[in-house]
Amino acid sequence: MKVRFTVNDKPVSAEVEPRTTLSLCLRDHLRLTGTHVGCEHGVCGACTVIIDGEAVRSCLTLAVQVEGRSITTVEGLAHGEDLSPLQASFRRHNALQCGFCTPGMLTTAHALLTEEPHADEARVREVLSGNLCRCTGYIPIVHAVLDARVAYGGPAWTGEAHAHHGDGEQR
Amino acid sequence: MGERAPDLLPESAADGRPFVGRPVQRVEDLRLLRGRGRYADDVALPGMLHAAMLRSSVAHARLRGIDASAALALPGVHAVITGADVARACGGAVPRVPLRLQPLECMEPYRQPAIVADRVRHVGEVLAVVVADSLAIAEDALERIEVDLETLPAVADWRSADSGDCLLFDGTQTNRGVTFRATRGDAAAAFASAAHVQRERFSMQRQAPVTMEARGVVAEWLADGERIVVHGAAKVPFFNRRACASMLGIDASKMDFLEGDTGGSFGARGEFYVEDFLVPFAARHLGRTIKWISDRREDLMTMAQSRESEAELEMAFAADGTILGVRGTAWCDLGAYPRTNGLIQPRNIPQFLTGPYRIAAVDIASHVLFTNKGPAGTYRAPGRFETALFCERLLERGAQALGLDPVQVRRRNLLTAADMPWHFADCSPSAPPSSGQTETDSGDYLELYERCLAEFDWVARQARQGRQPDGRYHGIGSACFIEGGAAGPRENARIELAGDGRIRLIVGSTSVGQGLETSLGQIAADALGVPMSAIDMLHGSTNLLAEGFGSYHSRSTVMGGSAIVDAAGKFKAALRELAATYLECLPEQVELAGTEARSPRGRAMSFAELARHESIGVDGSFANHHHTYAYGAACAHVAVDPRTGHVELLDYLVVEDVGRAINPLLVHGQLIGGTVQGMGGVCLEQMVYDGDGQMLTGTLADYLLPTSTDYPRIRGLTFEAYPSPINPIGAKGAGEGGTIVVGAVMVNAIAAALREFGVNPVSLPLSPSRLWETIEAARSTVK
Ligand code: FES
Ligand code: FES
Repeated sequence: MKVRFTVNDKPVSAEVEPRTTLSLCLRDHLRLTGTHVGCEHGVCGACTVIIDGEAVRSCLTLAVQVEGRSITTVEGLAHGEDLSPLQASFRRHNALQCGFCTPGMLTTAHALLTEEPHADEARVREVLSGNLCRCTGYIPIVHAVLDARVAYGGPAWTGEAHAHHGDGEQR
Repeated sequence: MGERAPDLLPESAADGRPFVGRPVQRVEDLRLLRGRGRYADDVALPGMLHAAMLRSSVAHARLRGIDASAALALPGVHAVITGADVARACGGAVPRVPLRLQPLECMEPYRQPAIVADRVRHVGEVLAVVVADSLAIAEDALERIEVDLETLPAVADWRSADSGDCLLFDGTQTNRGVTFRATRGDAAAAFASAAHVQRERFSMQRQAPVTMEARGVVAEWLADGERIVVHGAAKVPFFNRRACASMLGIDASKMDFLEGDTGGSFGARGEFYVEDFLVPFAARHLGRTIKWISDRREDLMTMAQSRESEAELEMAFAADGTILGVRGTAWCDLGAYPRTNGLIQPRNIPQFLTGPYRIAAVDIASHVLFTNKGPAGTYRAPGRFETALFCERLLERGAQALGLDPVQVRRRNLLTAADMPWHFADCSPSAPPSSGQTETDSGDYLELYERCLAEFDWVARQARQGRQPDGRYHGIGSACFIEGGAAGPRENARIELAGDGRIRLIVGSTSVGQGLETSLGQIAADALGVPMSAIDMLHGSTNLLAEGFGSYHSRSTVMGGSAIVDAAGKFKAALRELAATYLECLPEQVELAGTEARSPRGRAMSFAELARHESIGVDGSFANHHHTYAYGAACAHVAVDPRTGHVELLDYLVVEDVGRAINPLLVHGQLIGGTVQGMGGVCLEQMVYDGDGQMLTGTLADYLLPTSTDYPRIRGLTFEAYPSPINPIGAKGAGEGGTIVVGAVMVNAIAAALREFGVNPVSLPLSPSRLWETIEAARSTVK
């Protein structure tokens, strides 16, 4: 069956089966491979996309459910070749290593800050707790999100710096 | 909270200062942040078919037969490949997975067959490969295959394996594959003269590395030339190509293994797994391109698991707290097969149990046992996470028994600059190129421990231990560690001047998500005297270099970086030579400034102009049989609720001296990330198998990883006080240190908190329920 929706401001259509998940539709039918699949049962959050402003797990959503709706994936967060303020903050804070969880972290955080630009650290941690990262230990991700709030109309961040370097002299 | 850090250095910086040592922002991020990475499952090739694996649902069985006729009748199914098919095509026997590290001859009978031929040895072992037009069809076909299995009793733990009642491998007399033994000095004499001997029995649970990207392979069949290109390779592509080609019975030049982006390795992802043979085999069999991507359950079942072990150990002390010796025995449950690197954990346990301490007498045996569980391999800090906990707990308990402060006992026994180099115990057996001998390179372990205590404000915090008004108990703990890195034998790099004047750098090191393109780019830019942005880097893939070794044992920066330094010297010489011809001067008179060559008389040519005349390509390499030893210490402050067993981490500090931090930003990220990963192994993670060898933790809802709310307060400090003398960069392999020490420091802190209950945590995980039980048990013995 045919499903039509909007992805990153572009109208698209795809021929899918009733059981086709949105993650599969995005990745295989539309070749938007920035959305990652880490578990296929709603636990890891890597597949998170934004549907009409809300962060949703695309592995638990069927493609046919998004008929007529508007979806933002990681590919649509930046306009042009510049990183979005959130992406730039991730880079500044070294908030990614292997990058596999990153698309889901970015979409989850973008949806959060769009709604709640004043989210505090506890709120950010709570919302991100549905997204697993095996590399970073989360601390730089939380810092990156807090530091990006200002771009969404939230407060400037005055937290600690990213790299902690001992001052030991070289011998 | 300090002030905001200055913005990171852009990779295009050209301020004339070196890149090495500065926090350059990662080159990789530009694609990864925009969803433009290329992980295994992102590879889509024209005409590609899809594979699914039929896996055993029982742990131990004889295979009597497979009937695939109903599956083959399904439209869209191209093939169902069984062990019999593989054996027929491979000269009569199913090929078996080679050992990459410690390829001991005695492992021969235990090696893993690529597919079940006659006997199943763990749940998840592959019985057949289905290839179909789509994954959905392949999965439907799996259900139509009839398998006739004669179930055998499962050997689900190392004790029953060691009894030998049921032998898992034909032609063997025992399930004990090998025993490693590490010895140094005269342990018997040390124990005979001891004022106190501390004995403990430890146990460590089975853990899973869990990379967020599951494994996957795309084998591309090139009919023209009958070549196979494997996409999705990682970590050690050159070894994997050799292994796969020899199992297929073809020349390695008929294959290439291409590296894309890798969603984590942690020692496990990128090792050679049976699917890395089966998918290329199927591609050749059908003459088609085939994709296979593991789902999470398959990945938990089959990606190398690690750490499961028990140990009975004793530590001998003089009355003043000097540690005289350690001895004892460890038993490591490796699951069904040794795999490519499964022997590393059991061989590291006896050799590195002494950690950063001056312990002159060692006699430790470590037995390798095979059972009907998932095959083991390495997981970040193999054998080192385990032994740091064993050693630190023995030290702490021994000190208390002698009435001494454990901190003082550490001070007395930590290695200092005056002890360098310190020879560890020799470990045998050992297969080349490993010699079984190793020694520290540089450092002052005591000095850094003091620094850690001071930064943590240890003395002030000591007073705040014990029961709090909220009913919880506070405790602080400390521990020290060493981190071995930079395994040999060699790494290679090639530098070319491309036709457009850009510099192409090709390295044999691989990227497993650690920011390799950035750190090696920094080293290359400095060595060549050009901005990072003038260099295009390629790495890992087998079509780029004749030979490469990859990323394991925290080696890629040190080994790859040193090879780059070698190649850069040769490249500059070749550039001078070339420029001299056109600038009409002597090569040694040519001055290289950025991407320009100048003559003494002021004539200049850009690299782009030079490239129009001639191309340049030079090879460099770095060989090394010594290891680097980064080292450090950590302190933790915990609050334990004895009513629930819940542990809250109030503060955590880890410090490490890495010799030379190429990029402090990346080193810090490894330290923090490794700490949280290890913390999962201390408090949450456990691969559970029942008595029938069934895996009970088949989803990420059962196998619990740390989340963003668990450990918000972790700090790290990196030092560069003692560069390594054994490589031109001075760097030491780093990236595992945070993981190594976390078990040790956490058990010490938790024990300190629960001191009045007499709790002695000696087995992991310390999940709330397990800790609560331990507290209750201790309470009832106190009564
Ligand atoms: S893939 Fe959707 S939550 Fe893991
Ligand atoms: S960066 Fe690797 S999983 Fe998050």
